[in-house]
Amino acid sequence: MAMLDIDNLHAKIEGEDGKEILKGLSLKVNPGEVHAIMGPNGSGKSTLSYILAGKEDYEVTDGAVTLDGEDLLAMEIDERAAKGVFLAFQYPIEVPGVATMTFLRAALNAQRRTRGEEEVSTPDFLRLVREKAGALGISQDMLKRGVNVGFSGGEKKRMEILQMAILEPKLCILDETDSGLDIDALKIVSEGVNALRSPDRGMIVITHYQRLLNHIVPDFVHVMNKGRIVRSGGKDLALELEANGYAEYQQDAA
Amino acid sequence: MPAVQETVEQVRSIDVDQYKYGFFTDIESEKAPKGLTEDTVRFISAKKNEPEWLLEWRLDAFRRWQTMQEPEWARVSYPPIDYQDLYYYSAPKAKEGPKSIDDIDPEILATYEKLGIPLRERDALLGIESTGGTRVAVDAVFDSVSVATTFKEELARAGVIFMPISEAVREHPELVRKYLGSVVPVTDNYFATLNSAVFSDGSFVYVPKGVRCPMELSTYFRINERNTGQFERTLIIADEGAYVSYLEGCTAPMRDENQLHAAVVELVTLDDAEIKYSTVQNWYPGDKDGKGGIYNFVTKRGDCRGARSKISWTQVETGSAITWKYPSCILRGDESRGEFYSIAISNGRQQVDSGTKMIHLGKNTTSRIISKGIAAGYSDNTYRGLVTAHRKATGARNFTNCDSLLIGDKCGAHTVPYIESKNASAQFEHEATTSKISEDQMFYCRQRGLSDEEATALIVNGFVKDVLQQLPMEFAVEAQKLISVSLEGSVG
Repeated sequence: MAMLDIDNLHAKIEGEDGKEILKGLSLKVNPGEVHAIMGPNGSGKSTLSYILAGKEDYEVTDGAVTLDGEDLLAMEIDERAAKGVFLAFQYPIEVPGVATMTFLRAALNAQRRTRGEEEVSTPDFLRLVREKAGALGISQDMLKRGVNVGFSGGEKKRMEILQMAILEPKLCILDETDSGLDIDALKIVSEGVNALRSPDRGMIVITHYQRLLNHIVPDFVHVMNKGRIVRSGGKDLALELEANGYAEYQQDAA
Repeated sequence: MPAVQETVEQVRSIDVDQYKYGFFTDIESEKAPKGLTEDTVRFISAKKNEPEWLLEWRLDAFRRWQTMQEPEWARVSYPPIDYQDLYYYSAPKAKEGPKSIDDIDPEILATYEKLGIPLRERDALLGIESTGGTRVAVDAVFDSVSVATTFKEELARAGVIFMPISEAVREHPELVRKYLGSVVPVTDNYFATLNSAVFSDGSFVYVPKGVRCPMELSTYFRINERNTGQFERTLIIADEGAYVSYLEGCTAPMRDENQLHAAVVELVTLDDAEIKYSTVQNWYPGDKDGKGGIYNFVTKRGDCRGARSKISWTQVETGSAITWKYPSCILRGDESRGEFYSIAISNGRQQVDSGTKMIHLGKNTTSRIISKGIAAGYSDNTYRGLVTAHRKATGARNFTNCDSLLIGDKCGAHTVPYIESKNASAQFEHEATTSKISEDQMFYCRQRGLSDEEATALIVNGFVKDVLQQLPMEFAVEAQKLISVSLEGSVG
């Protein structure tokens, strides 16, 4: 049994005449695997990440998703988080007036409580944050500022990876984590992600460009178009796409 | 920050019933006959053994009140109040006035214990060791009378007078007579005039020249009796160079009928003096359909009479069915400063019309207004403010920031600022925003593992942070919990 099993997933935007975005998508992710999903704009990549995380603007019309055999789609957003689903946002959201440190701790403890675990002690928490933040080049000053308020694009993405490092999820979904990053920031973020690769953890890396995959080398590459996966392969598929573009797949699906 | 954690736990522990202070103490009480006539005024004055001048003062107010009209300009609506259908005086029955804490009816002590207000000084002392907080002297007002004032002797050693105003009338008549009504005149407004006629008790504070009051002072108001109005009167004077921090808290039982609370608070600061006045108002707000709850019509005003003096109002308003309240500063002394920090939360069917007035009279006077309104449920939340510079107020400066946060789509937030300047050198700045807790923020927080309630509490706490920081430490934690409790059930 795969850790994450997406079977023939159909989904549309909520509402009467909501547009169908996912049209029979299937994907299996096992622990330790890194899957890259590539595809042109509007192919449904971000929608897939939102549906896995539980965003309420979509309606699943057919198919199933299980995480360790449990029905993921039946769970509340925060329940999925506590089960280990983490989404690194393409555009991280600002929460003014809430110090990043406060936010991190509230999130970690909320997940631990949901799982019936002890809350983390203050000294342990501070030690954990100091260690992980240092590796990502995040200063103590940034941790005192409001969540994502006044952060640069690169700082926001680094902060997403810090959250991932602290929450230690089972399934990481990275939605266009490379967008808006310069080469140095891309390197720091990729190193952060690579440090989190482990035999117990699966990852879905969503990206437009092959560039990111030079740094985070995937085990599998999938091409997505018009709401389904149209081709799968190894890491070389990404290079092929880089050379030839998506045109071929767009024609196929039309 | 542990306070956020506590907030979250508080939210978690809440059951269906949000208002935990809604219990009623069954105690025999002595009341004035129902209704309001000159005889009622005389009855109250006689009960308090008041001097002739004060009785005349009250009667004058009563006669003027009879000619006045209830104000209608606020953005609140309620059925007409029948002023003849109320009790204007209610006191717990005691054989004689309690001489010490041990003479107080155990039912009343139990009531305050349940509310978390220590009336025994030794309990208050115990409290310090466990919480590490500062000591707080308390004046407890139960319906129309003050039942206990703690730490009186220790304060007296510092020269600070802290006692029920009814006692101050007898023991310090020269001070009371000099300052009573000097900030809020008898005829100021309908509710202030009514209060002047029938006020029953409240706190009196005098901090002498150069004295920094050695502890926080606080008054805890409790309305217990049915159909009873509470008309308290508070008078605080900080003499030259003095400083005092004062906190007011309020609760009432849950009742189906509305109860009237019309208080007057007057503050006076002389040269270089400072008063910091904080309120955590948690009167019963009524049930979810808007039945019952307190009508809170309050006049609070500070007079920075001396040069370089300062008055700072901080309020956390979560209760009351209707709030009509504008704590204000008259900046008379040159270089005096007024501040107003407010968090007003409305949920259910609550109606809040609150704000401040900063009246710049002296030269180089400064003021600052930070108001955070949070509306949820079907409530209406209005900020109404006036900033004015008079002809001689050269160099007056004000900064105003009003932010409103809406939770859900059935509530309303309104901002009504008035700005008047008669002096060309005055500089007034006004900023205002209205926002909604966005679905994106909720999704982000919940994706990180926070529940609906936890996410809301966190976002709201972030929104009000600037103001919470102004509250004394211990009360900031209390206020943070209160905010979450008030918003319980507002999501979804």
